[in-house]
Amino acid sequence: MLELAPILHKAFQSLTVWVVAHGLTPLAAWILAKAIQAGVIVLLVSLVPIVLVYAERKVSAFMQARLGPMNVGPYGIFQTVADGIKLIFKEDIIPIGSDRLVHLLAPMVVVAPVFVCFAPVPFGIGLVPIDLDIGVLFIFAVSGISAIGILMAGWGSGNKFSMLGGLRGAAQLVSYEVPRVLSVVPILMLYGTQSLRAIALAQEGRWHGFLPKWFIFYPVVGQIAFLIFLIAAVAETNRTPFDIPEAESELVAGFHTEFSGLKFALFFLSEYAYVFLASAMAAVLFFGGGDGFPAGGLLPSWVWFLGKTSFMVFLFLWFRWTFPRLRVDRLMHFCWTFLLPWSIINISLAGLMILLRR
Amino acid sequence: MANEISVPSIAPEVFPQHAPDKGMFISLGPQHPSTHGVLRVAITTDGEVVTSAQPDLGYLHRATEKLAEKRTYPQIIVLTDRLDYLAAMTNNWSYCLAVEKLLGVAIPERADYLRIIVGELQRIASHCVFLGTYGIDIGAFTPFLVAFGRERERILDLFEDICGARLTYNYIRIGGVMADAPEGWDTKVRAFVKEMYGHIDEYDTLLTYNPIFMDRTQGIGSMSQEMAIAWGITGPNLRATGVKSDVRKDDPYSLYSRLHFGIPVGKQGDCWERYWVRVQEMRESLKLIEQALNAMAPGDTMGKIPKTFRVPPGEGYGHLEAPRGDLGFYIVSDGSPSPYRMHIRAPSFINLQVLQVLLKGWKVADVIAILGSIDIVLGEVDR
Repeated sequence: MLELAPILHKAFQSLTVWVVAHGLTPLAAWILAKAIQAGVIVLLVSLVPIVLVYAERKVSAFMQARLGPMNVGPYGIFQTVADGIKLIFKEDIIPIGSDRLVHLLAPMVVVAPVFVCFAPVPFGIGLVPIDLDIGVLFIFAVSGISAIGILMAGWGSGNKFSMLGGLRGAAQLVSYEVPRVLSVVPILMLYGTQSLRAIALAQEGRWHGFLPKWFIFYPVVGQIAFLIFLIAAVAETNRTPFDIPEAESELVAGFHTEFSGLKFALFFLSEYAYVFLASAMAAVLFFGGGDGFPAGGLLPSWVWFLGKTSFMVFLFLWFRWTFPRLRVDRLMHFCWTFLLPWSIINISLAGLMILLRR
Repeated sequence: MANEISVPSIAPEVFPQHAPDKGMFISLGPQHPSTHGVLRVAITTDGEVVTSAQPDLGYLHRATEKLAEKRTYPQIIVLTDRLDYLAAMTNNWSYCLAVEKLLGVAIPERADYLRIIVGELQRIASHCVFLGTYGIDIGAFTPFLVAFGRERERILDLFEDICGARLTYNYIRIGGVMADAPEGWDTKVRAFVKEMYGHIDEYDTLLTYNPIFMDRTQGIGSMSQEMAIAWGITGPNLRATGVKSDVRKDDPYSLYSRLHFGIPVGKQGDCWERYWVRVQEMRESLKLIEQALNAMAPGDTMGKIPKTFRVPPGEGYGHLEAPRGDLGFYIVSDGSPSPYRMHIRAPSFINLQVLQVLLKGWKVADVIAILGSIDIVLGEVDR
């Protein structure tokens, strides 16, 4: 068993010893340790999109009777790296009609929150950067900031298509935030905590010694909550069938039409980082995080976590390459008249279940 | 915005000098991912609702009709390839029908069957492109690579076998076809036809009956029969409104009167039915190909036509059911080696005109759905 938690724990202990031996306080050692953790997360979140873009290309290729990237490296695995390098060296075009400051800030506002959002995510048992007791709320709140970035991108470009895309994006993100948050409420009610680490730990255990006590296996409530969360998460990440802010065929490229080079790369990175975040959240909230199956795990918990996250990522890719796009008014209609009532019904069902179990 | 670009006030409806009093002016195209080429639609919107739409054409004008006046009759076939570049076979064929009427020559039976086979294969290939690009318009990417990248490629391979070209064929010639089919070609076609039935069923699961796709297209951009006829709409767009009109039945050319096939028609002429009619037509085309293959006997593939010839003075009009509608060539000959005047009745051009009334009142997202469902090829619109 290759659990990372004890090794890291030991490493940080020796770091503390080393720092204290050099005449600093343990607080300084703690700050240093957290800084290193933050660096690792930033690195991870920046590198994960490279893998996800490659995965998307390959998955879409196999769904579409073609091969996908094959030339750069074996099976084209370095294609996304090459594309990343290309994007860095591309000219940064700023349209004359744009609001230069807003245009510059928009990609940063979109991409910055996603790094912060990973702080309370347990990447396995004992692998939590910061165990916030308001973890779930924190992620929802911080990731909501990206809506402002999309609005800024749409407005700052000075392009009508961008503006339509930005307005659509803001409306969509704000609307779908509601069912997404409400779909998670049954989990909070059942486990009585908002800490993602505690939620993951609470799902350890087996019914009849076999079926894992993951939230998705809770009768009715679990499945409804998962479906609503999944649909809302796809909408939050602006991916097909909800890619209305980008809507290639209607709005050219929506809010990021006028962005090129590194700024475009940041939008690209943020999209995949949000996919990874949503998948990681689903893995923790509904699939027991690092909890292995069968009991005991066979594999280390972080591998289980990554496996569940990859499965969720695959669902995202699968949706994108199978569904057409909804129309913007139908999208809103779907959110307010279908998802929202059902998430409220689900909360009452969860309350009923908790009462009956007393 | 910062810099106002001054444009000549020649066409105020497509190049307005001022922003509209109410709403927003959007110039959709000529560089836009879903105008299928270089079409520009000048749209005024109120929020997301279109209040006026005006197609602006001419970005791909190549003066084909004028060029034809300086070329000999066989040389013009090459020009027709470049009109509707997704259905070059039917362009060749329609032009040859017009010239053959002027000349009064008889076509060998095998050549006629070969024409029917390549013509119907071309219809399937063209509808495959429509199906794929329409999927992209609605936001589904996979049907494009399945229909365009897999099945259409197979048809192009068959065309390459028979005439050496994959896009601009120049295969159907005045008096017959360029060459007989190579040995074993008919078995390849048979194998493809057999497979294609299954692939069309696959399209149904991928796109036709997809709930989101139906939601996006059903009841959108409906056209009444009267409206369609008044605007001169032909082809699948007209049949989707319920009018049972098909040149292959109404004015049978070639050997279509010997073959059995149905004409799929819709009821209300919305985007989904325009799409559905095309999918059904692919099935009917497969039946036609099978019948033609069974009826075809060995023989000549070229009529008795001299290498250089003069066409007797007079007028000739040939038309046929192209994938996009009633494609006609009107030729006036003054007895010289090249036509005095050639006019092309381009179905895309005529079908496109209805957009200015059809788009009004729909949302911006529907504009794309309606534009895609009309299925235009700009090479033919601008000629």
